[in-house]
Amino acid sequence: MNRLSPQLRIAGRELRSRLILGTGGFANHEVLAKALAASGSRLCTVALRRLDPGAGGSILDVLDAAGVDVLPNTAGCFTARDAVLTAQLAREAFATDWIKLEVIGDDRTLLPDAVELVAAAEELVDEGFVVLPYTTDDPVLARRLEDIGCAAVMPLGSPIGSGMGICNPYNISIIVERAGVPVILDAGVGTASDGAMAMELGCDAVLCASAISRAHDPAAMARAIRLGIESGLLARGAGRIPRRRYALASTTDEGVPVFE
Amino acid sequence: MIVTVNGERRDLPRSATIASVVELLGVMPGGRGVAVALNGEVVARGDWRRTALREGARIEVVRAIQGG
Repeated sequence: MNRLSPQLRIAGRELRSRLILGTGGFANHEVLAKALAASGSRLCTVALRRLDPGAGGSILDVLDAAGVDVLPNTAGCFTARDAVLTAQLAREAFATDWIKLEVIGDDRTLLPDAVELVAAAEELVDEGFVVLPYTTDDPVLARRLEDIGCAAVMPLGSPIGSGMGICNPYNISIIVERAGVPVILDAGVGTASDGAMAMELGCDAVLCASAISRAHDPAAMARAIRLGIESGLLARGAGRIPRRRYALASTTDEGVPVFE
Repeated sequence: MIVTVNGERRDLPRSATIASVVELLGVMPGGRGVAVALNGEVVARGDWRRTALREGARIEVVRAIQGG
């Protein structure tokens, strides 16, 4: 697939931004709205939780006002059964077949449970969902998810909210080389350079929540990460020089004056 | 009739439906961004009014929040 086209296409839908904004962690809807505008994102994740009659305005109002699409997730699910039911609820609530599938295996690392993830992905693909699975950086698991029929794969750079960046760039580049579907770097981004690195490694997009929502200035960080992603994509298209162990002079040796 | 709505026991009239539970929680008609599961199965929005509840029913009413 062409990973350098200016627009990202997932399951036939064109996205005008390669930054998917996770909406978790923002202090309030006003801060979210400002960061969203600065991010240029056209697709935002939301979660489902029990309705609280006393809660204030809906996040959907913020997303609607910005004209961005909603990508519901299955955050908080630990079993395939719960994830499938949550996806079905999301389809009903938001009238979208798209689902960011998260099936967590451990509440301290929040790493995906590969076995439950594959089971849930199979069922949801069968039910006609456009499945975007949050996965480890294991190239074999990414391939399995693609083979099942997932519309993209979303490997983590490092654990959710850790801000540790991309801990295993070699695995991410192997996933990219072998994937026939878009690769979206999900989780672990801490700052703009991580977004640039994801794109230089060949990813098609980056999903980012905490790095923006928990930054001291979320709107400024949203713009920084947006530019980092654009920068990384440009650099990848430009073709970087090969790494070498010894220096290679950029100035010619010819015509060097002799002073003795 | 005792049912459980989002983990809380509620005493509802025998005529109660999913629609009446949703209204009880203050959701506007149309209920965009809201979904309901009855005993672990999703109830489509179009079926809320005609889905009656039985003693001991477990109802989960969810909506969008900020999330990763």
